[in-house]
Amino acid sequence: MKFPDLSMSTPVRLRDLIRQIRSAKTAAEERAVVQKECAYIRDSFRDEDNTWRCRNVAKLLYVSLLGYPAHFGQLECLKLIASTRFTDKRIGYLGAMLLLDERQDIHVLITNSLKNDLNHSNQYITGLALCALGSICSPEMSRDLGGEVERLMKSTNPYLKKKAVLCAVRIIRKVPEQFDVFQNSVRSLLTEKNHGVLLTATALVIEMCQQNTHALQSFRKLVPNLVRILKTLIMSGYSPEHDVSGISDPFLQVHLLRLLRILGRNDSEASEAMNDILAQVSTNTENSKNVGNAILYETVLTIMDIKSESGLRVLAVNILGRFLLNNDKNIRYVALNTLLRVVHVDQNAVQRHRATIVECLKDADVSIKRRAMELCFALINPNNIRTMTNEMLEFLGTCETEFKADCTSNMFLAMERFAPSKRWHVDQMIKVLTTAGNSVRDDIVSSLIGIISSSSDLHGYTARQLYKIIRNDITQQPLVQVGSWTLGEFGDLFVNGQYEQPHGEEHIQVTENEITDILERVLNWSISTVVTREYAINALMKLSTRFPNCSDRIQSIMTYYACNMNLELQTRAVEYTSLFTKHNIIRPSIVERMPVLISNSSSNPNANEQQEQIYQEENPSNDAQINHVPPNEPVVDLLKLLDEPIQTNGSIHPHEQQQNPLSSNPLTDLLFGDDISHNHLNNNIIPPMVALDKNGLRIVFTFEREDTLLTIHSKATNATQYPITNFIFKAAVPKTFTIELYPPNSTIIPANNSGEIHQIIKILNPNKDKLRMRIKLNYLFNNSSMGDEAELNTFPEQCYN
Amino acid sequence: MIKAILVFNTRGQPRAIRFFESCSTELQQKLIRESYQIISKRDINACNFVEYNDNKLIYRQYATLYFVFVIDSSESEYDIYELIHIFVQCLDQYFENVCELDLIFHSDKVNHILNEFFMGGFIVERSPDLILNDIRTQIRLERQDSGVLKQMGSKIKSVVDTKTEKMKLDVEKKFDIKL
Repeated sequence: MKFPDLSMSTPVRLRDLIRQIRSAKTAAEERAVVQKECAYIRDSFRDEDNTWRCRNVAKLLYVSLLGYPAHFGQLECLKLIASTRFTDKRIGYLGAMLLLDERQDIHVLITNSLKNDLNHSNQYITGLALCALGSICSPEMSRDLGGEVERLMKSTNPYLKKKAVLCAVRIIRKVPEQFDVFQNSVRSLLTEKNHGVLLTATALVIEMCQQNTHALQSFRKLVPNLVRILKTLIMSGYSPEHDVSGISDPFLQVHLLRLLRILGRNDSEASEAMNDILAQVSTNTENSKNVGNAILYETVLTIMDIKSESGLRVLAVNILGRFLLNNDKNIRYVALNTLLRVVHVDQNAVQRHRATIVECLKDADVSIKRRAMELCFALINPNNIRTMTNEMLEFLGTCETEFKADCTSNMFLAMERFAPSKRWHVDQMIKVLTTAGNSVRDDIVSSLIGIISSSSDLHGYTARQLYKIIRNDITQQPLVQVGSWTLGEFGDLFVNGQYEQPHGEEHIQVTENEITDILERVLNWSISTVVTREYAINALMKLSTRFPNCSDRIQSIMTYYACNMNLELQTRAVEYTSLFTKHNIIRPSIVERMPVLISNSSSNPNANEQQEQIYQEENPSNDAQINHVPPNEPVVDLLKLLDEPIQTNGSIHPHEQQQNPLSSNPLTDLLFGDDISHNHLNNNIIPPMVALDKNGLRIVFTFEREDTLLTIHSKATNATQYPITNFIFKAAVPKTFTIELYPPNSTIIPANNSGEIHQIIKILNPNKDKLRMRIKLNYLFNNSSMGDEAELNTFPEQCYN
Repeated sequence: MIKAILVFNTRGQPRAIRFFESCSTELQQKLIRESYQIISKRDINACNFVEYNDNKLIYRQYATLYFVFVIDSSESEYDIYELIHIFVQCLDQYFENVCELDLIFHSDKVNHILNEFFMGGFIVERSPDLILNDIRTQIRLERQDSGVLKQMGSKIKSVVDTKTEKMKLDVEKKFDIKL
């Protein structure tokens, strides 16, 4: 027999429940309390108890805040909404907003209640209904209730008006077709005096502009009205109801500025109308308080986005400069962020603030340091390269490890582009490697080796410098790798003194044995990584011919390593040992000095050439380094698609393979007397090739070839009746090639074959591999953007053979 | 638009949450946990804007509470930073020297104030005075429903309760005992 539970005649109050939950000492206890209460609530819902329903739902909302499931209360919320009491309705709508959303099916059931409440005489009830509608409306509900919302937008009560406007924003998002319904009322909204209504009306206009470009154009006519409103805001004196720290309604100002930004973008007429007011806002707003800074920040963003005159831009950059001097971290962060965007557009204006930015490098906050670092790299130019490098070296010495990799890569790129002399370049890079320790990316090592090899007058000098550092310290792997390679290649120049003596430095006389000592030490040391040891063993091999006295010693090292546990080292050692014994005759020619590596990073200051780097860095700030001809930036991504396995030939290891294209096959060349000097000028006429012929767009390649350099002239024509604009051509080739894309003569192809775009592409093919190319096109055709991709495999044989 | 408003204390317990984009309970709790982890590790002097996936977290700390607004890229960080302050000022005026306990025991009232401030992720009104006027009128309406005297009595009781709770916590802390 079931006894009635008398102790629970009135349900527990919300506050008591909260107290019970808080006094629970463990999570399990809390769960128990909540579950017991939820069970009780579920029972009472089933019993259809009207009096206490609102209290129970309030408790349910509290437990849902803590994360417990509360979906069984959804239907109860509907019942509460339908009740006549204000309290019930309030909790009911709150519950609906928190527990219901579009994904539940029952949310449409409140449509009817909403409709009644939207017509209620009590403004607060209507307000509740609008609030709920604004939070959870779905497309069906929007269609049903859109008319009501529009009617309320026209009401005289500002309380209802502003809520109705925001409802409209949500409705347009869900059901874009309802757009026209609201568009007409917008104009009258902007003449309101009530600031709340103005605030919400700007939000509505912003939303409309973002959705629909026609609306954007028609709203441009409103610019004078907006300017007038903003002016009254600034000029009016103190008004107590809108005042925040001495500024009159800063939020409205910020929103108006944002709207002006959207309207003025890409439109010179609207931008002109705004110039005055923007200048006025910038000068009148005081920047000692946070709110003032918020307005100034928004003004700067607006000035940068619209087509403003240059005086205004300078003003904006100056404001940003002032922000940088501010003590508040937030402002500095925001200023650095915006300056990053500005510097791509207008570098000179930002240069003036370079000193302040360099100061920010020393800030304690990590995000500010990162922004400052990126900005510094964007500001490097041929004039300030020396000072900036010193600053960055200092920064590198003191920064956190996460920055070091990015910093070194960027420094390398910057020095490559702007280095005043090779020797300075090599010196600085050695300093970078010494400071950065082990957090240098692998491709930097390879690139540096490339640079050293290409500067032939510096070989001995570099060997000397590196020797000086390595003899004391072999812990830094990247440095040791570069050092081993250099000593292996050019150690004999160093020993014989065939290099330019640096001024004011001691003369180091070293014997062959000492160099061999160091390399052996690197090889034997257990802390050296496998890669470093590979470098060392190769270097030793090379020295076996260059240092004839040490040849026996090196041979014994090789024999020793032929039993090493590491597979890679063992393979090499075995092969090298056999070079000493069985193939001793060809040993000299195999390890003779490498020809100059065809390095893809050129220190050519010619800013117009587009270079595509084989050693790709994922760092996004690299895009700032690569020059501003945007079409060729994402070539890096295309390349990944064309990843070809690099052919390994015989005893040559993969590292050197990439850098050593010409001596790729010395064994076969020597043994079979292959004619490497295939270098006849192959000036036979090469037939042109159609790269693409699609949708009226036709691209034809004509070729010119000089030995390993292939010049392609690309001509793009348009056979349709509409012109093609914003034509961007991108191309990628496999890793063994080098590609250079020169800027096209224009980006517009007129219609009906009446004109063409001409672009020159140069491809270096040292391996004489089969040429493959992947091209990607983006253009605007008939007001819609189109893209196309193609893989070209059918190049005529004379291009590459 | 504002994607979510989270208020949690220095131990990660949520005190008031509002999501303007529909997401499941698990996702909501996950967001709260992750925001807490990111923000609790930040230095006092660090910048108040943090990047989180595609969104930004703008946060401010008041005593033991973190007020976090999750926004997307269309809002200005600085604007929202000021807005948080206005919102807390409003709460302060309403609850008279607001503290964490007020938020705990009156979470429904906090939600009502939130409703008046924000709707659908946008700002409706940003003047605390106007909002408080509206809130007080609505409370009057509620009282009319259920009888004035009863409401007065329960209001007095609720104030007394909260104050007792505060005193109890103070004593506990001072003498390091559990009452």
